Amino acid sequence: MWLIDSSIGRKLIMSITGIFLVLFLIFHGTMNFVVLFSAEAYNAIAGFLGANWYALIGTKILALGFVVHILYALYLTFQNQKARGSKSYAVKNNQKGVEWASQNMLVLGIIILGFMGLHLFQFWSKMQLVEISHKLGCENAGNLELAKDGAYWVRHYFENPYYSVLYIIWLTALWFHLTHGVWSALQTIGASNNIWLPRIKVISNILATIIILMFISIPVYFLLGFSI
Amino acid sequence: MEKTINITLKIWRQAGPKAKGEFVTYKLDNVSTDSSFLEMLDVLNEKLISERKEPIVFDHDCREGICGMCSLFINGHPHGLDAGTTTCQLHMRRFKDGETITIEPWRSKAFPVLKDLRVDRNAFDKIIQAGGYVSVNTGGVPDGNAIPISKIAADEAMDAASCIGCGACAATCKNGSAMLFVAAKVSQLALLPQGRVEAAARAKAMVAKMDELGFGNCTNTGACEAECPKNVSISHIARLNREFLSAKFKD
Repeated sequence: MWLIDSSIGRKLIMSITGIFLVLFLIFHGTMNFVVLFSAEAYNAIAGFLGANWYALIGTKILALGFVVHILYALYLTFQNQKARGSKSYAVKNNQKGVEWASQNMLVLGIIILGFMGLHLFQFWSKMQLVEISHKLGCENAGNLELAKDGAYWVRHYFENPYYSVLYIIWLTALWFHLTHGVWSALQTIGASNNIWLPRIKVISNILATIIILMFISIPVYFLLGFSI
Repeated sequence: MEKTINITLKIWRQAGPKAKGEFVTYKLDNVSTDSSFLEMLDVLNEKLISERKEPIVFDHDCREGICGMCSLFINGHPHGLDAGTTTCQLHMRRFKDGETITIEPWRSKAFPVLKDLRVDRNAFDKIIQAGGYVSVNTGGVPDGNAIPISKIAADEAMDAASCIGCGACAATCKNGSAMLFVAAKVSQLALLPQGRVEAAARAKAMVAKMDELGFGNCTNTGACEAECPKNVSISHIARLNREFLSAKFKD
């Protein structure tokens, strides 16, 4: 199967799953941004994403996207380190024009994954997981009322400045990951040439910044002393 | 008036492919700043021979930047610090008096060290043999205007064809990927009518060979482009991806 056997095939998988995850981030970021204006509207959107059949299918596809992206990243990195050889250079300098993020995508990915564990525990396990558990007949799985009140959990965690700072660190790592990831994904599917290469780099920087600004506005809002 | 500098050289010495190598330090005085980097190594080798020591093995041939034979990882950069030049085009005026210069061979799984600073770059030849040619009979020399080729395509093909196959891209890549080389070789032919005929098969064959030889997966860091002595652009890599993916999807 050429998607596994060939280097460009493997890269295509990284690219497609990456673009899929970026689309998810755009949705998730927009949804979060709403909470700053109206907690009710936010809860309404979150309500669509409870334990419904379509939300569950979406969650499964999303999880699959994450898993494939991460597994392929590990596999590609393993192969690349093998290709580098056992001996490394005694002196190795960085080149002009090579982004720092592009050399550290795996490290950034691991940081993002670690924080994602925290994030899933703090929000997903208190919201969708509780609803699923109740649906499956497990009555003592948690408070169903609170599970439907996403804004409560946002307030609950971000009123603690430590969590706000942690989330800002997480989102900064994600910003670096995206600034390289978005244009790299487009380059891998061949969507660039001499004219478009600089353009897609700018577009990916703008897109990464917009996504992260939408996310980061919430912990910053709380750090500034406001509440929703 | 000729200026001279005194330098210290830290050079990788390795007796053979299986031998364990090490850095050996040499002092070299009164090096003319007008001499090229390879001439400086020649002077060092003369000195070693006169001392009845074994000279340092390093690759070189035309010494005018077009054969792609010279390699050397100098102070952390393939072909030295200067952009867009090969090692033979590097001059001693770029170094300071008293400077320590570290010289290493290309390091990549696919480029095993043969001796000292010389590596086996046969892997690139094997990739070319897998499809980097035109096998259709294009007949005799046609009139120059018989097959119109746009200026843009001609320029792009020429830029790709400037790749000399030195291996700096794979040597500097943190993934040991040869994508810039393969992309240049696929592009130079795919852009022109004679090469276009076999473009799909060529892209598949050359990428398959590249993967088989143990080169890594490109992650678009752009280090190859920054170090390429011929400034081959990574936009050729995008073209290779396009060629390869469209060929695979057609199958």
